[in-house]
Amino acid sequence: MTLINSDRRPEDAVYRHVIPAGEPWLFEVKKGQTLRLLDLEGNQAIDTLFYNSDNPRERYDPQRTLRRQGNVYLTTGSVLYSNLGNPLLTIVADTCGRHDTLGGACSQESNTVRYAQDKRYMHSCRDNFLCACLHDGRLHKRDIGANINFFMNVPVTPEGGLTFEDGLSAPGKYVDLVAECNVMVLISNCPQLNNPCNGWNPTPAEVLVWN
Amino acid sequence: MTDLFHSAPSVREEPLPGGAHTSLILRKGQILRLTDIEGGANVSMMMLNPHEKSERLNLPDTLKGQHTARLTTGYCFYSDMGRVMAGIVADSCGWHDPFGGVLNAAETQEKYGAGRYQELRNGFYRNGVDNLLVEMGKWDLGLEDLLMVVNFFSKVTVDDQGRFGFSTGNSQAGDFVELYAPMDVLMVLTALPHPQDPATDYLPRPVQLSWYQADDMQVVSDAIANRGENQRALQNTQLFAL
Repeated sequence: MTLINSDRRPEDAVYRHVIPAGEPWLFEVKKGQTLRLLDLEGNQAIDTLFYNSDNPRERYDPQRTLRRQGNVYLTTGSVLYSNLGNPLLTIVADTCGRHDTLGGACSQESNTVRYAQDKRYMHSCRDNFLCACLHDGRLHKRDIGANINFFMNVPVTPEGGLTFEDGLSAPGKYVDLVAECNVMVLISNCPQLNNPCNGWNPTPAEVLVWN
Repeated sequence: MTDLFHSAPSVREEPLPGGAHTSLILRKGQILRLTDIEGGANVSMMMLNPHEKSERLNLPDTLKGQHTARLTTGYCFYSDMGRVMAGIVADSCGWHDPFGGVLNAAETQEKYGAGRYQELRNGFYRNGVDNLLVEMGKWDLGLEDLLMVVNFFSKVTVDDQGRFGFSTGNSQAGDFVELYAPMDVLMVLTALPHPQDPATDYLPRPVQLSWYQADDMQVVSDAIANRGENQRALQNTQLFAL
């Protein structure tokens, strides 16, 4: 696992926003801009979806992305491909070292399956996604596919097992991505309280954009 | 010997030629058997709720809910709404892949070369994205519905560095997998080589589709209720499909 730092300075960013714990955030990054996702307090899962803003039906495709890089984990050098086969973004710096795109986002419905029926009415990432999509109007439930969980560690074993491990992240860890086209970024700053994906303590995350 | 949950003859048989695509609604209580006729087949499949097509197979929920990246007997396919759409109730093959997805036209040409209809007629090189989209279009589904697929009969392992390895010979002639539907499920499928199969000759393999009525829905449901997550997801399905 190779960690790659960036020399970009936060004070030079053209856009900064802190996403409070458990909230969604939908914004746009233009082609050529650099997007940073910053884990402010550590061990926070930042559940993220990407869409081509010029054609929102074109969006992040986890299976193509993993297949074309020949590896199940995302890190520096990973190209995030779309369902049409085009690059959406490329990871150019990563101080965490590994990000998950198999685990998906929590939902009320999956919480009933994974934990218990009485967890149904807890807050969830897919409720966040839906709320942001329907407010924005360009996206609907059918646009919510499998996402990336930045800063999450979900190893797959040679025997085909899949486990959730302690996060590799820590306060101040970040990942930088260069947009290969105009991109809509849809984030749920995960509110999950039932498993250690964010240390049972959802915390704020920051997004920064540079020209 | 794999237990079977049907004893009557199949109610319908249909061969799916290599390279072809089709779709079907597996009704609540039915079992679909996919048989690899020649060996080396691969079937890429999507699953949706035919009554509300925004509900569909969610592979991340499926994998993390059962802590697996390998699908075989006893594993269920969860929808994004927390229900079991189908469960694997018999499998002579042992490993089905959730990673590989499907190739698009450009990727197919890059791997196999040009294979146009103009020269090859119906032997032309088809690709998974177009095959699935065409079939989806018949159900008024669009690009936004093209999500992750399961690749039946294929085995892709992950090493300790995260690198993929494709296992050739995972499925032999006559190998089969059976899917039980505890709710109506729309299946959209295509029989094309697995994208990570290193063979560069375009040789899609046929499969046989066989429909059966489950002898006893409770017995077959119990067979896949092998962990708490599956029990709760099956309960969600049963409440929904009352």
